[in-house]
Formats: sequence, C-alpha cells, structure tokens
Amino acid sequence: MSSSSLLSSQSAISHKDKVAALAPDNFTWHGYSALETQWRVERLLSRYVACIDDDALEHWPEFFVAEGCRYEIITRENVERGMPLALVFCNSQGMLVDRIVSLREANIYPQRWYRHIVSNVLIQAVAEDHLEVHSHYVVLQTRRNGQTSIFSAGKYKDRIVFQNGELKFAEKRVVGDTHSIDTLLVSPI
Amino acid sequence: MNAPMAPFAKPWVANPDGYRVPYEVFTDQAYYDQEQEHIFRDETWSFVGLDAELPNKGDFKSTAIGDTPVIVTRDQTGQLHVFKNLCMHRGALLVRESRGNVKSFDCVYHQWSFDLTGALRGVPMRRGVRGEGGMSPAFDMANFGLDALRVEVMNGLIFASFSKSVEPLADYLGEGIVANIQRIFNRPIRIMGDYRQYIHGNWKLYAENTRDPYHGSLLHLFHSTFGLYRATQKGFTYMDPSNRHSLLKATASAAPTSASEDQEVYKNVRSYNTEFHLQDASVLAGRPEFEDRASLVINAIFPNLLIQQIANCLAVRQSVTHAPNAFEIVWTLFGYADDDEEMQMIRMKQSNLVGPAGLISMEDGEAIEIVQDAVIRDGKKTSVLAMGGVHAGSVDHMITEGPIIGFWENYARYLKLGDELKK
Repeated sequence: MSSSSLLSSQSAISHKDKVAALAPDNFTWHGYSALETQWRVERLLSRYVACIDDDALEHWPEFFVAEGCRYEIITRENVERGMPLALVFCNSQGMLVDRIVSLREANIYPQRWYRHIVSNVLIQAVAEDHLEVHSHYVVLQTRRNGQTSIFSAGKYKDRIVFQNGELKFAEKRVVGDTHSIDTLLVSPI
Repeated sequence: MNAPMAPFAKPWVANPDGYRVPYEVFTDQAYYDQEQEHIFRDETWSFVGLDAELPNKGDFKSTAIGDTPVIVTRDQTGQLHVFKNLCMHRGALLVRESRGNVKSFDCVYHQWSFDLTGALRGVPMRRGVRGEGGMSPAFDMANFGLDALRVEVMNGLIFASFSKSVEPLADYLGEGIVANIQRIFNRPIRIMGDYRQYIHGNWKLYAENTRDPYHGSLLHLFHSTFGLYRATQKGFTYMDPSNRHSLLKATASAAPTSASEDQEVYKNVRSYNTEFHLQDASVLAGRPEFEDRASLVINAIFPNLLIQQIANCLAVRQSVTHAPNAFEIVWTLFGYADDDEEMQMIRMKQSNLVGPAGLISMEDGEAIEIVQDAVIRDGKKTSVLAMGGVHAGSVDHMITEGPIIGFWENYARYLKLGDELKK
C-alpha cells in the first residue's frame, strides 16, 4: 500500500500517519519467518490482555523490558493536538510495579471487570532489534450493577523486542479514541 | 468596587452540632434547572478556558457554562469573545468541533455566516432567487448577531458571564484569590494537554469535595500507603470575604512532625503503614518553584473552576454539568513556556498523580458516585457538616468543613432558597 493518496495534496492533515507503511510480506526476524513472527506477536498481545482481564496484575510489569521501558495511556485528542499529556506515563518498570501496588493497596475504585478485545494486529516495521506493531483494542467494562459498556476503544502502538528468547514490550503507547474517562481509570489497558 | 452582598436567610440552619444540607439538591431536576438559571447564567463568572489554548487569530474552542454550550474565540484584532453556541436563525449548534481555526462561523444548516466578533455577515438567498422568495424586507442583519457574554481575562484565565450587572472579576474573586492566580500564572504557560472525566454524580458533590480538606488524607491513601503523607503538616484554609471561593494550602517544609505523632493521628486510619515503598520514587521528584514552598494548593472558584498546584503539577479543572446525576471534569495541565527539558519531564511524571487515572485523585470519582447512589430516595435527609466549628471562614489549619458551608450559603443565596423556606 502506498502512503500517498489522491487526496493528500488537498488535505490539511498529513496522511503520512494515516496509512502507515507496512512491513514486507516476507522477512525473518531472530530466525522466525514473517508468519511465525506474526503468530508470536499475537500471542504476546493475547497473553498481555489475559493477564489484565484475569486480574493477574502482579505479572503485568513482566511483559515489559526491565530496563528503560515506556508505557503510556494517552488520548487521541491530546496526540492530535501535538500535546504530550498522558493519563498514565511510566518510563521504568518500577513505575509499573508502583501502579499495581497502589491499585492493590491504596486506591479506592468501583468493583468492575475488564474484557479486552484485540484485533487488526499489523507489524508496521521490522528492524534488527525491534518490531513496530499496531493493533486495535476495545475494553469492555462490567460494573457492579451487572451492565457492560465500552470503557475504552483505541490503538496500541507497540515497540517489541526479542529478549532472552521472549518477546517483550520496550514501549507500549495506548492511544485512546475514548477521551472522556468513565469515572476513573485504575487498571492498565 | 462591588456593592455589598444582599443579606440572606440561611436556609439550612447551622445548629451547634452541624450545618445540614438536604440530599435532594443532588438528585432533583428542579434544583438543577434553578442552578442553570440563577448560578451559571446569572451573577457569576465562569471559567471557560486559558488564553494559551487560543494563541492565534481565528482560534476557537467549544465548551459549556453549566450545560449551556458556548464558543470561545480570538478575533482578527486579537480580542477574545465568548458566544452562545447557537445560530441566531434556527438554533443549530454553530460550532460542532471542540477546537479549530476559522475566518468566520458558518452554520451548516443554512450557511448563515457570523464573523469572529459575532456579527451576522451572510444570509444565503437573502434577496431571493430570480425575484422569488427572500427574507422579509423588515429583516435587519444587525439585529441577529450572536449572543455575546461578558468576558474578562486575568493572567491568561478566561472568564465569562451571562450577567450585565455582576461585579468586575477582580472584585468577584477578592484579593486573596487574585493573589493566588497571580502566583501561579506568573509568566507564560505551556499547555500539556487535557483530561476529561465523566462522573455519574452531581456537580456539587465535586464542589464539596474540592472544598474539603478533611477527606484528603483519609480517602486518598497513596501517600499514607507508601508512608509519605503527614496530616500533621502545616496548612491553612483561606476563604474570600464572600465565602464563595476557598484556598487550601499545605506547606511541605513546615516544622517536621515526629513519627509517633503521625502514628497517633493515623491510629484509626485503615492504611497508614511503612510496609510499602515506591520502587521508583521519581514520580514524586520535583523542584521547589514557589517562594512560599507550598506543596499543595487547592483553589476552588465559584461556580465551576479549580486551580491546583500539587508539587510541580499545575492544572485547572473545569466542571461542566450534564444532568442532576452527571457532570464532567475537564482538566488542563500546564507548565511554563520557559521550562527546561528536565522540568518538562518532572511535570510529565507528576501528572501520574492527578486526573481520572491519578494515583492521588482517582478516588474522588468513586466518592461522588457512592453518595449519588445512596441518597436517591432520601432527599429530605441531610448531610452534616460539623468539622472545624460549623461556620465558613478562614482558619489556620485544614481540619475543617468550613469552605463547604461557605459554598452552600452562597448556593442558597443565588437560588433564593432562604425566601422559599421562610414561608
């Protein structure tokens, strides 16, 4: 797919990011074929959201590299205004751990359950030391009245690395279309 | 100077054992409707934005005062205006985007066009088509400019009022509140972005919450869980002469208290301990940047604004009402235009503390909803406000509910509830 478009010359908004380049159909990455890499990436994402939805949050920081990771939940509204403010901004694994200890021990929030649905997993770029992967997410929230609503919809923009035989997030940027947060946000997305 | 405020009967009598507010104020549509007319659309100044959000000529944002949609814009001479977001023709929303830059406001319905000062400049087919139709000869475009609000800007904060007679903004705020605005907005700011938090509760529960220093160390347990907060730290509670606005201030560098004193204060508190510690304490790292070394300033301005300084985390929070049981908090976080890179990172990290996902603020959303859910059928029952002596006013501590009483006394005055209850 080309990143240029018939409309791009007329639009005020750059289409560059809108139709991001895709990785080629065939590549090898740390000995894995493109197909196997795709499968491993999807399995990482599935395990990641299962960890949150199954309330195994003590293991959530382990999905990130130990040194120099970055995790952000930011709204599309702020991104499109070119503003950095994130709902959650962590640039160390320690900050991820602190979020979970705070959730377990300190924060007060309504009883609720999350269900993440992840789809449209696209490997956008392949480099020797990392992959850039975009995917779509929806988080359903069921509150104590038993009703389920969409809590957040958006996009994961991930930088994934291969470390000690495993895929880890070096960077995970959660860009939420949902910019009005329903009551509060305590769990990671 | 402003005229002295008219005396009013206190509707919810302050008995020696407490000031009481009936819960129906949080659930009843009649109160909500009265608030829109007599608070948001009457003799008050509402916050609508920061001038740094509209740096260029033609910039606009849409927001709301109470639940009335308004447009804030900067015209071609640089002047700021606030209009009702309402086409003068048939009532359509004139601006449907949250922000943008335009040369004129053109209604999509019939393309009536208004310039940035609000004047009607274009009506398609005004003189008809091939001699047929057209507007009545009596129709005068000069009579159909946008509904403009009064606007005042103080150190970059934009306030608007529907009232022609409300006192000037500086008098409305009072010297002490103006001094805090000058203190925080002391030089050009850089906006970091917004948070929006939708709460299934009444906006006045948040007005109470932000005038309530009592709950700080009891509901919000982040600091005490990690052994960081001390209720014994020095602070004070300031109220303006009208008791509409309040300023809660705590100083980190006050005389240190002993661990045993903290343990005494917290002995009945569910989570004061030293078992947990932060793995990465950089979230709390900062730089002193105010001469008074205040670590916490919570400045509530009647009716819809809160100005916050928590360490280096600076924000304005605007309440937008939707219904008796729904409102939104729009948080705008900012630093200063001259922040170096390290300072920008300090503010990014500290932003984890506040907002809908804030380690020390997220609980407010839950606290509001559990009140809203509980009082639904107990409108005639009342809350009791007794901490700190059952009266509004400035005190040299923070163990008080006085600012909440000041809010309700003014609320009753605006809604003329005293007259009602005298019957």
